[in-house]
Amino acid sequence: MSMPKRRELFALACSALLSAALVAQETPSLGTPVSEAQLQGWDLIVSPDGQGLPSGSGTAAQGKEVYIQQCAACHGLEGQGGAGVPGLVGGSTTSRPALLTVGSYWPYTSTLYDYVRRAMPPTAPKSLSDTQVYQVVAYILHLNGLVDEDVVVDSASLPKIEMPNHAGFIDRSQVQ
Amino acid sequence: MSEINNQNNKESLEHVAANGLINRRHLLGLGLAGAGGLIASSVMAADSTRVEIPGWSKVPGRDPSGYGSPSSFANSYQRLAGAPSAVLPGSGVSRTPLHLLQGNITPNGLHFERHHSGIPAIDPAQHRLVIHGMVRQPLEFSYEDLLAYPMQTRIYFLECSGNSGANTGATAGDSSAAAIHGLLSCSEWTGVSLASLLDETGIVDGATWVTSTGADGASMGRSIPLNKALRDVFIALYQNGEPIRPEQGYPMRLFVPGWEGNVSVKWLTQIKLADGPANFRDETSKYTDLLPDGKALQFTYPMGVKSLITSPSGQMSLRRQGLHEVTGVAWSGSGAITRVEVSADGGRSWADAHLDGTGQDLALTRFRIPWLWEGGPAVLQSRATDSTGQVQPTRATVLANYDAVNRYHFNGIQSWSVSAQGEVKNVYA
Ligand code: HEC
Repeated sequence: MSMPKRRELFALACSALLSAALVAQETPSLGTPVSEAQLQGWDLIVSPDGQGLPSGSGTAAQGKEVYIQQCAACHGLEGQGGAGVPGLVGGSTTSRPALLTVGSYWPYTSTLYDYVRRAMPPTAPKSLSDTQVYQVVAYILHLNGLVDEDVVVDSASLPKIEMPNHAGFIDRSQVQ
Repeated sequence: MSEINNQNNKESLEHVAANGLINRRHLLGLGLAGAGGLIASSVMAADSTRVEIPGWSKVPGRDPSGYGSPSSFANSYQRLAGAPSAVLPGSGVSRTPLHLLQGNITPNGLHFERHHSGIPAIDPAQHRLVIHGMVRQPLEFSYEDLLAYPMQTRIYFLECSGNSGANTGATAGDSSAAAIHGLLSCSEWTGVSLASLLDETGIVDGATWVTSTGADGASMGRSIPLNKALRDVFIALYQNGEPIRPEQGYPMRLFVPGWEGNVSVKWLTQIKLADGPANFRDETSKYTDLLPDGKALQFTYPMGVKSLITSPSGQMSLRRQGLHEVTGVAWSGSGAITRVEVSADGGRSWADAHLDGTGQDLALTRFRIPWLWEGGPAVLQSRATDSTGQVQPTRATVLANYDAVNRYHFNGIQSWSVSAQGEVKNVYA
């Protein structure tokens, strides 16, 4: 997102806030203060700049084990997918018919960490440790030829791994 | 005698477009007797059996009950539910039976469903809504807290971004209106404005996005720009007057009027302000629209101007010739519906339908027009216009904008063919 756009957004937000303030004076103010420290481990959002990534690390070599035990039954040994289950490797946005996978379509590695940690495996979401998630994320990136087997993936290195389709999206969020 | 009546009426009807579309006001002026003359012989064929008082008028009926349910004779009013997924427990959809319903409001039990990890069983006493991130004071609200806030009530449609995606396929499936378009519902929603809660937390300079997640197994998340969040987004607690149903996010959901349904996060538990979108899986891998050149549109939120005829519609059959009411629903994610035109000849000629809606922004608008079917083939279409001047495009126009794999935001004109036998089918025309 370019800078001028951000300023524009902020100006809009401010003007809307003024009117919201009028409404809000009538609310009973029942919210209870909570601290970000209390939300650690509960807030699972990971953004593209790596904010929200936990401590810990993993390599693809370690992740192979996790993948075979926890993921391969559905997504296939090579990440090729199965009946009703998306593939995690291969494809392209320009080949026809287009095949959209983590490797060919996803713009950021953060999304992979975020999604696997909150939603996979579907039978037991949030059952993997943060370290296991790093490991299996590294393995899926490795299956896509994006990291070597022994590269240590952690909160510092993961956001720096550039996805092939990182420039493939057109932001339409202000076309409302 | 009836033959002659029939002839006279046919000639006096004011045709407003080809192939039998009729001016509604004119028809109302004719009165029931006049219109009745058009309806074929069954009306005339009354026999001479005496009319009896029915059995239920001779015994007391059943007692009042705590929570009502539909008549056992109306038990065909069901959502069209997909089979459970073996690989994704609880995931899937059920569709609103649009072809069976009337009016503009969807009954709560028939509101469409889309879940990514089933419907969680949430105890409202233990549920929390946390607002944090780029706010001055992170706050936590209980369900009971929110019930004490000033509320707002609005009628809004909700449509899944993938609704009608079936009609992007290469060949037209022989499907019902529900199967194709049933990821669409409309309710009266009541809840607490998000702006008022954000005023309580305060907003840190530089915050431009609101990211939200639900308390379901998938912890599904979406991001929306802060300017929309402050405009009309609210925390929905009631649907058509009662607490929202578990499949709609009980005890609370985000409600983002006019935008693709997925952003109205159900079982809402987290609102986090940030200086950019989270880029969740469901706004990168999914709910992005692939273009012919391999780029994809991201954050395409408003649902396009759209309509469909719900009766007659796919897999129905017209059992008699004569007068029928063509009816359907229209809506737009950008404003109110100002006009719906109907064609009975595949889009060559059009007539304005009567709008029977609330005229409100971002709500369903029922439309109706009389149609005299004389047994010939027909292709019925409807075309909506909204208050911003956008006109519903043809199927071909929409498809030309995207790659063939895209299933999102399809708002092309629906065509139903009527055969000489009265069979109604989904067609591409
Ligand atoms: C029981 C079968 C099953 C298992 C086991 C499973 N998955 Fe999945 N996975 C799915 C299904 C089904 C989807 C599609 C989910 C949806 O669309 O909502 C999916 C989606 C994904 C996606 C997103 C794909 C995309 O293109 O959007 C990723 C990444 C993923 N799984 C990773 C994993 C990892 C890592 C594991 C092991 C820890 C795992 N999955 C275990 C069935 C499974």
